[in-house]
Amino acid sequence: MSAISEIKIEGAALAARHRVRRSPLTWVRGGGLSTLLFLLPLLVVFGAFSWYPIARSVVMSLQHTNLVTAPTWVGLGNFSAVIHDPLLPIAVKNTAYFALLALIFGYPIPLIAAVLMSEVRRGRGLFSALVYLPVVIPPVVAVLLWKTFYDGGSVGVFNTMLGWVHLGPYPWLQSQSWAMPSLVLESTWANAGATVIIYLAALTAVNTELYEAAAVDGATLWQKVWRVTLPQLRGVLLVTMILQIIGTAQVFLEPYLFTSGGPANSTLTVLLLIFDYAFGNSLGGDYGKATALSLMLAVFLALFSLAYLRATRSWSDE
Amino acid sequence: MSERRPAALITPSEWRKPSIRFGVGGAHVLLLLLLVVGGLGPLLWLAKSAITPTNDTISHPMALFSHGAAWHNLRDAWVNVGVGRYFWNTVVLAFGSWLVQIVVATTGGYALSVLRPRYAKVITGLLLTTLFVPAVVLLVPLYIEIVHPPLVHHSFINSYWAVWLPAGASAFNVVIVKRFFDNLPREIFEAARIDGAGPFTLFTKIVLPMSKPILGVVSVFAVLASWKDFLWPLLVLADPNKQPLSVRLPTIQSQTELGVFLAAMFIACLVPVAGFLIFQRSFLRGNGLGGAIKG
Repeated sequence: MSAISEIKIEGAALAARHRVRRSPLTWVRGGGLSTLLFLLPLLVVFGAFSWYPIARSVVMSLQHTNLVTAPTWVGLGNFSAVIHDPLLPIAVKNTAYFALLALIFGYPIPLIAAVLMSEVRRGRGLFSALVYLPVVIPPVVAVLLWKTFYDGGSVGVFNTMLGWVHLGPYPWLQSQSWAMPSLVLESTWANAGATVIIYLAALTAVNTELYEAAAVDGATLWQKVWRVTLPQLRGVLLVTMILQIIGTAQVFLEPYLFTSGGPANSTLTVLLLIFDYAFGNSLGGDYGKATALSLMLAVFLALFSLAYLRATRSWSDE
Repeated sequence: MSERRPAALITPSEWRKPSIRFGVGGAHVLLLLLLVVGGLGPLLWLAKSAITPTNDTISHPMALFSHGAAWHNLRDAWVNVGVGRYFWNTVVLAFGSWLVQIVVATTGGYALSVLRPRYAKVITGLLLTTLFVPAVVLLVPLYIEIVHPPLVHHSFINSYWAVWLPAGASAFNVVIVKRFFDNLPREIFEAARIDGAGPFTLFTKIVLPMSKPILGVVSVFAVLASWKDFLWPLLVLADPNKQPLSVRLPTIQSQTELGVFLAAMFIACLVPVAGFLIFQRSFLRGNGLGGAIKG
């Protein structure tokens, strides 16, 4: 019996190797049609809603499209219009500022929390649940809730609490210099938990023999953190950093809902500018300019990631 | 997440030292305190303020029910502000997006991992490429495509299909499902084939039942992502009666008194928070997985 089935398997493997598409019929009999049927949802959905629009964005960036008249070719006109927009440098500067502040606020905190949490002996589940809770709150709710916390009057939530220790009231969202840090603070609160969980997963993969070896060599706790834990985490640390930069470069919700880019354009980001080009004008959007700026941002991020990977390659590999 | 690792950073002998015991122990207590205040605090404040009269919240935001509770906030939000309808819209949008994502990820993952046609590599390559394209690139062309679809001359603005179908184009889902299928034992597939199972039987009777853990992970993230989504439904669902909670909340804010508005926001949090507490394992595992795949 088993000999027969083995022959069958070999025969099937042979047939698969020599499957020649002589006719559609042999292709169907060989399972080609059912495979294609299984792939159909993926091909249709990705074709229509991912691959096609990505290709279309390149075409659209070279056209003038307003949905009323037929699109016209404008060459690189959209790109030059974007580059000469006086708002572009402001938006780029603000986005870079947001990304930088997000790194300063948001990069060390999850790492410290995760290293501490990995050594919790009882109730680690409680820590994980608490740290992840802000991540599951819908971002719109989080922003609007923090907007009430940030109320600039003396009876705003934060100002009330700071009033207990005789500080403030502070103009959280009303002042040009305060607005951006306030946005970053909320964004850090909303996203840090996800990074902590990634670090916790990476920490369980740290080779415990290294800790034992270090302990045998008489290393102190602090030395073990610096010499073993952090070097073992460097791969994931590098990835979370570039992912955070790519994410914050596309920040939209916070400036859109907190401040609409104000006060005085101090929180206008690149994505907000793209949104304004396309959807900000009720008379009809400038979709060409919007796609041109989207592509410029995407190409910049791709080049930046490549440079980043190159610069850190020697450091991330053993 | 709660299992203890044997030999970790801090050895048992180190735990016995008072300096480490109190130093690290103190840091843990401090961290727990910060997490309760920072992680749970805002949600507790929202819960409290959702049932507090508006005037009390405005004048003394940190006071605890100084003039009693205002349970009617919740009913006002649900009935008068229309949160009930928007809540239902959100549920319908999440369900459809979940279904499309599950169908695309499982059938696609199965074809690419188990059936493996010759052109599978090309498709996998095209899928992986989309992981590197920032979402912002899709925004405008996808919107134009919904307003003026190429073959069908009928705008899909205000149709739920405009939200459901694009949600399926998540390369991340396909990749993690495919990777899970890759690790299933091939011998079982061979045995089933010998017993006469065709590709459809193999899919429904063998592969899907073995994939419950990964389907759980994909499902919780599909529903959560849909519940969180704001910009895309804002663009394609212009009719307020069809919009989900996240799109409606910023609009109703200006016309709603604060207490009722906070009640509406509290209702919007209920499903994701309850879902997280029930399916905590899937959430945390899936999030760790995200780091592993992206890395």
